[in-house]
Amino acid sequence: MLANLSPLADFFLASEIASKQGSAIDELWWFETAVTVVMTVLIFVGIAIFAYKFRKRPGVQATQIEGSTFLEIGWSIFPFLVMLVMFWWGADLFYAAQTPPKDAMEVFITGKQWMWKVQYPNGYREIDALHVPVGQPVKLTMASEDVIHSFSIPAFRVRHDVVPGTYDTLWFTPTKPGTYHLFCTEYCGNQHAHMIGYVTVLERADWEKWSGGGGAGGSLTEQGQQLFTQNGCSTCHLLDQQGRCPILRNLYNKPVQLADGRTVLADDAYLRESILMPNAKIVAGFEPNIMPNFQGQLSEEQVIQLIAYIKSLSPATPTSQQGSQQPPVVIAPKAKPAPTVKTIASIQ
Amino acid sequence: MADTLVAPHEAEHDPHLRHHFANADQQLDSATLGMWTFLITEVLFFGGMFTAYVIYRSLYHDAFAATSMVMNVPLGGINTGVLICSSLSMALAVRAAQLGQRKAQIISLLLTMFFGVVFLGVKAYEYHEKYIEHLIPGPNFQFPEAPQYFHNAQILFFLYFAMTGMHAVHMIIGLGLLTFLLIGAYRSKYGPTYFTPVEMIGLYWHFVDVVWIFLFPLLYLIGHTK
Amino acid sequence: MATLATRPTGYSDAPSEEEPLNYLNATHGWKSWLLTVDHKRIALLYLFSITLMFFMGGTFAILVRLHLTSPNGLFSPEVYNRLFSMHGIVMVFFFLVPSIPATLGNFLLPIMIGAKDLAFPRINLLSWYIYVLGAAFAIYAVARGGVDTGWTFYTPYSTTYSNSYVLAAAFGVFVAGFSSILTGLNFIVTVHKMRAPGMSWGRLPLFVWAHYATGLIQILGTPVVAIALVLVGMERVMHVGIFDPRVGGDPILFQHIFWFYSHPAVYIMILPGMGIISEVISCFSRKRVFGYDFIAASSMGIAVLGFLVWGHHMFITGESMYTGVVFSFLSFFVAVPSAVKVFNWMATMYKGSVTFDSPMLYAFAFIGLFTIGGLTGLYLSTLATNVTLHGTYFVVAHFHFVMVGGMVVAFLAGLHFWWPKITGRMYNEPWAKFAALLVFLGFNLTFLPQFILGYLGMPRRYSAYPPEFQTLNVLSSAGATVLGVAFIIPMIYLTYAWFFGPKVGKNPWEAKGLEWEVASPPITLNFEKTPTVTEEAYNYGPVEEVIG
Repeated sequence: MLANLSPLADFFLASEIASKQGSAIDELWWFETAVTVVMTVLIFVGIAIFAYKFRKRPGVQATQIEGSTFLEIGWSIFPFLVMLVMFWWGADLFYAAQTPPKDAMEVFITGKQWMWKVQYPNGYREIDALHVPVGQPVKLTMASEDVIHSFSIPAFRVRHDVVPGTYDTLWFTPTKPGTYHLFCTEYCGNQHAHMIGYVTVLERADWEKWSGGGGAGGSLTEQGQQLFTQNGCSTCHLLDQQGRCPILRNLYNKPVQLADGRTVLADDAYLRESILMPNAKIVAGFEPNIMPNFQGQLSEEQVIQLIAYIKSLSPATPTSQQGSQQPPVVIAPKAKPAPTVKTIASIQ
Repeated sequence: MADTLVAPHEAEHDPHLRHHFANADQQLDSATLGMWTFLITEVLFFGGMFTAYVIYRSLYHDAFAATSMVMNVPLGGINTGVLICSSLSMALAVRAAQLGQRKAQIISLLLTMFFGVVFLGVKAYEYHEKYIEHLIPGPNFQFPEAPQYFHNAQILFFLYFAMTGMHAVHMIIGLGLLTFLLIGAYRSKYGPTYFTPVEMIGLYWHFVDVVWIFLFPLLYLIGHTK
Repeated sequence: MATLATRPTGYSDAPSEEEPLNYLNATHGWKSWLLTVDHKRIALLYLFSITLMFFMGGTFAILVRLHLTSPNGLFSPEVYNRLFSMHGIVMVFFFLVPSIPATLGNFLLPIMIGAKDLAFPRINLLSWYIYVLGAAFAIYAVARGGVDTGWTFYTPYSTTYSNSYVLAAAFGVFVAGFSSILTGLNFIVTVHKMRAPGMSWGRLPLFVWAHYATGLIQILGTPVVAIALVLVGMERVMHVGIFDPRVGGDPILFQHIFWFYSHPAVYIMILPGMGIISEVISCFSRKRVFGYDFIAASSMGIAVLGFLVWGHHMFITGESMYTGVVFSFLSFFVAVPSAVKVFNWMATMYKGSVTFDSPMLYAFAFIGLFTIGGLTGLYLSTLATNVTLHGTYFVVAHFHFVMVGGMVVAFLAGLHFWWPKITGRMYNEPWAKFAALLVFLGFNLTFLPQFILGYLGMPRRYSAYPPEFQTLNVLSSAGATVLGVAFIIPMIYLTYAWFFGPKVGKNPWEAKGLEWEVASPPITLNFEKTPTVTEEAYNYGPVEEVIG
């Protein structure tokens, strides 16, 4: 019904919309704008009419009126009903934004003062830039190395705070090739205004070309495996038999029983905490204080690589599938793809 | 003070009646409501820290339990007893003021202040102990008793110092208020017709005591097994 | 001790025989002002100090807008970041929160209920000194170079990473908070215990209801932000703390504690303004306020509900979906009482006898601008649109519409309405009308473009921005210049009026209310004899119509 409004929106005042949920959110935005404009005009005009019609005139007295319970109830309930529509609509869209589809491509973002570091599953990295294929759902898993940042792509109508000490995610499906602004939108210090970049949406064919190779160090999974060995993880976390430490194969996204009786899900955040603060949650049947904690010794990006490796030990996870679909690692540095033209003109 | 312009009125009225009040009852009522309202603000003030404590305790249950082991329960227990006694002596001071008993007021107030000073002295000793044992969060923090909780224990100790420190500040302010009362009692200011300050400061003192009654079990006792 | 009828001898500047004694000329000398316990003099002390702070905060605002006329700005990012932070801190904590309650509230509340003073006059004076002490710390922070955390002091930036004077600024805010608590406490006890005979709760002016509700928020909310700042200060000193992720702390916990106060704080700012509007609209329509019960109830409802919505500042921090849904719903719910007030004010004009004196013009401006501000708040209460608008200029525009377009405009309405009562003299009406128009135009030019900027995605707190945003920024800065001038004009003619304006009698506006039955300016103890109240508020005439 309101889908027709979105092309209208492109005509005036509108900022570019380049994602599926962006169009949906924009419809709601225009509904709210319509309500705002109508109410504002009603009130401005109402005041003007009353002020003129009931202006002081000689011989005319004001009529004292106590009130009207009927009106009070009416003008409480009616606006509230309109607001309920906004609430419901907004909650519905928000809910959809919390659950990325299973086939979403995962990209990992690390925010630090004052840059966005992007890591792709194939190991490719870039700074202050994100490349994604059109039509493909993309899930961003984000970590901060220092303060709270906020990752925002106005054209996609997505934003999420990036809080240190945990992972934050957002997802989107780009719908239009082009180049779009990427901003940090949580004040993070001196160069906050320069923690910006561009998101480039590529046609499928261009995307295959761009991402065809890998990073110099191999895919994320492979880099993670290297770190796993280098840091001695493999001495305790034996792959196929229980050592002094919980087994990691088939662990990702499964429930884990803890020593204090709680059951938690072994998601990305759990894995991250287990590496950086291992004594926070001890698995049932294991001793505390055995695993060294790697806080300060591993960067957020390295933790992301380790987690990619651990995820690859579980069947049927998107990252592991993508990792295995990549062509074999090319150790020699790959030529960077041709720089995409920054069509800022596409941005209002 | 420039409370000097008053409407012509009978010279005979309670010298303690402030001129913007219609009568002594209104004045006492207002003071009581005012002090209770102030104590509600104090509940919200400490409440923020208690909320943080509850949240982190539920997150880091074992680390918090481990920290109870290094708390000095005997000293904390002594302090609890001392404060309860001080509340008793404070209540007696209020009673003495209501009855106009000058000597009893002075003794009760002195006792209350004595207990308060003892409390602060014990607290200072405890803080010193924590300093020596490297239990102050920060670069010198050490927690050999349970090294696996090295990080999360610092959260507890931070809250320990914040909550007991804020409590101690309130005790010090209370001692100042008690000094004010002592001077007034010495000058026979308080009696059956006017004992409002004693009662109000008594309420404050009891409140500070109650805060400690919550702090002691939460910080010292839960999880302490010896 | 001097009595009313006579003056102490020995004053060389004794007033002429005709000038009666009032609170202004009853005693002289700086000590009689700095050690006063008269609520009216304390109100003026506050008026003087908050005006100073308003100018300081306003200067920062002008510098911010000047910087933003070009995409790369005038100042370095360090300076810009401190300018916007200090603008926010000074305006929120040292102007907006105390303004109406500490000035007009202090002055009028006792008179409106028939009392000689507030319940605790000495605590009233103490609250002013505490405010001054807090402001001194804030000014010290500015003089040393300012703080750059934003007025929200988010961790871990404020605790671990900022190189600015966080402790000084936070301490200044902490101290000023106690001033707010004591004011609220005083108002609550006064309204409960000091009402004149016959002044039942149902006969209280809506200005009093508004300040009572505000007092409740002040005493319940302010201590929580106080503790938030204490914890930030401690963490800064100890270099580790409960908001530090490196020891398992949660930076978001700070946001919860901070916003638990700072959201109700915005109702501390707006409720007194709404109280003023009720008084002004009633007087200049010559009508009792339509729906008195509902307006009084809505003030109390806003005070309660305002404590339940703080999470709408944190929808995208990672709080759970369910938390978001609850806060979103309640945020819509709290908008209803505000809307109810707007409709009731308009209905008050219906079949009234409306005049267009400057206070009324400000009231019209308030209703229009507050409506826009409130409606744009709905975008931010909606979960999905909040995601797109959080952290952008849309939020900046929204809160300036309610704070400046709402509260400051209401403050101006009240200052103009009660200036004859406070000073005994009338100001220049043509200048006042001109200034009101200029405020309205300058304000809209400043902030309407910012809604568009926010929708287009321009983030807030940016010292530099992509060039395509420049046009709208320049428009906004032009508006800010007009607005700045518009704020200065009333300062001039109101001050002029104080000394040289034509004298007025008790009730120049022919308004209803106890404050209009005492002298202009009032005597020190307000009433020669405590009044007995026999009629309801705004009794401009017998009730003739009841609708529904």
